[in-house]
Amino acid sequence: MKAEGSVFKYGDNVDTDVIIPARYLNIQDMKELASHCMEDIDKEFVEKVNDGDIIVANRNFGCGSSREHAPIAIKTAGVSCVIAETFARIFYRNAINIGLPIIECPEAAQDIEAGDRVEVDFDSGMIYDRTKGTEYKGQPFPEFMQKIIEAEGLVNYINQN
Amino acid sequence: MIDSENMLSGAYEKMEDKIMGMTMTQKILAAHAGLESVTAGQLIEVNLDLVLGNDITTPVAIREMDKIEKKEVFHKDKIALVMDHFIPNKDIKSAENCKCVRDFTCRHGITNYFDVGEMGIEHALLPEKGLTVAGDAIIGADSHTCTYGALGAFSTGVGSTDMAAGMVTGKAWFKVPSAIKFNIVGKPSEWVSGKDVILHIIGRIGVDGALYKSMEFTGEGISSLSMDDRFTIANMAIEAGGKNGIFPVDEIAVAYMKEHSKRPYKVYEADEDAEYEAEYTIDLGTLKPTVAFPHLPENTKTIDEIKEPVEIQQSVIGSCTNGRIDDLRIAASILKGRKVAKGVRCIIIPATQAIYLQAMEEGLLKIFIEAGAVVSTPTCGPCLGGYMGILAAGERCISTTNRNFVGRMGHVDSEVYLASPAVAAASAVTGKISGPDEL
Repeated sequence: MKAEGSVFKYGDNVDTDVIIPARYLNIQDMKELASHCMEDIDKEFVEKVNDGDIIVANRNFGCGSSREHAPIAIKTAGVSCVIAETFARIFYRNAINIGLPIIECPEAAQDIEAGDRVEVDFDSGMIYDRTKGTEYKGQPFPEFMQKIIEAEGLVNYINQN
Repeated sequence: MIDSENMLSGAYEKMEDKIMGMTMTQKILAAHAGLESVTAGQLIEVNLDLVLGNDITTPVAIREMDKIEKKEVFHKDKIALVMDHFIPNKDIKSAENCKCVRDFTCRHGITNYFDVGEMGIEHALLPEKGLTVAGDAIIGADSHTCTYGALGAFSTGVGSTDMAAGMVTGKAWFKVPSAIKFNIVGKPSEWVSGKDVILHIIGRIGVDGALYKSMEFTGEGISSLSMDDRFTIANMAIEAGGKNGIFPVDEIAVAYMKEHSKRPYKVYEADEDAEYEAEYTIDLGTLKPTVAFPHLPENTKTIDEIKEPVEIQQSVIGSCTNGRIDDLRIAASILKGRKVAKGVRCIIIPATQAIYLQAMEEGLLKIFIEAGAVVSTPTCGPCLGGYMGILAAGERCISTTNRNFVGRMGHVDSEVYLASPAVAAASAVTGKISGPDEL
């Protein structure tokens, strides 16, 4: 499984309130939800994001509320992968459970800049910055989380097992 | 059903020859996984005593559950659905979400469903209803589910898909957490409460200081913290990134459970040789009223460190963090015979119907109304910028809630300052962030 796209770069402690503000949590239509993704931190994100693009952030990405609307909004907006130094634990679970690929890699998160073209190989955990010509080894998932990701989420995994 | 062998194949780490001591959290997890012993980092599957959801997260869980081939709930008495975030319904979409949960409840015969008239803010309501007791393993599709650690339970927040899987299988997967120990000593001074303790801790270790870890509270100082103080402290473990916060079960916790619950409870204690990644001593006697400045709960200052006046336009006293009877009593003791400053909206929200009623019987509501505050039916409303106190651009609010992120209570250019009920009430009177001693 691979991801490839242009990078949107953010800092530390990107919380779920800025990923998808609570004023939109009553929305059940995922595309409508995604149209508000990141708007309190980056108004241009929704206009600029293309299918396959990648979010790169620093520490504690997705901290705060347990709202699954946050990874759903990111995935539905077209993002193929989130790379961060660390993830908040509920966001980490939620991303795996809904099939949004995420990868922890402090070196990549620090080096990669907005607009870089980046490729991620989930099988090997390798991250390639094609703009800079650099490569990084991300933290691989335990085998059973890899299976949930490959099944594109916990629900499919439960049905298959 | 999740096949546990298949799910966990290759995930067990080789145990050491000598079984290491376990933390309190690890003991509860081991017992619920049917294992004699667990170690930090191990992936386990845990049998759940309770699965919780609210009006924001449950509709998403129901949608996910519809995709699971087995559509029956694992136990109709072990699921709690609390309509508390956007109710009484603030708009048509919120009404549709609650209706969706109501229909689901009827379809599956869920017994612990709490709607308008019975509901309260979930993390105040469930302990009050006796649904959470020591030794339980609980997941909730709400990040502040960690509150029940105050009673000696393992409880943690998850998302809606975990909730859906939990409702069907009665199980959840966890990585066994390592732990940080907080040794609580001393006695707090008059205006220092549980909120100041947890804000102090978050200020010290940071918003990711306990990432993926248990926060285990221990020490003789705990005996001078009321149950309401402990709920407040455990509630905000997530604001330090913690997986859970947990207190030992003492006489105060046992008295609370006997008053509120008929369910049997089980007391787990950390082994003496349990491993902790770090240890901190918190001397309650040295703490002062503490305020977290925008836009992170770790941006703390003690009240005497605030040199420039910070004018406020709103004061919110309530939420799953600080909407309990102790909190309202403290606020009333400050507001009694005083007036909310001109230009300040003071919004007081008892967390449950029972707390509301008790506040009425004790005359607290009269004090609030005479002071010029408003009193609302229980709701999460303003805490997450839902309704009942949204901020305009440039406005500031002192709030007893738990998060002060950008845009949390309304406009992206508004500001939230987190504090105790004592500081929120005193600030409502002066119109700027103030400690009770300044009145």
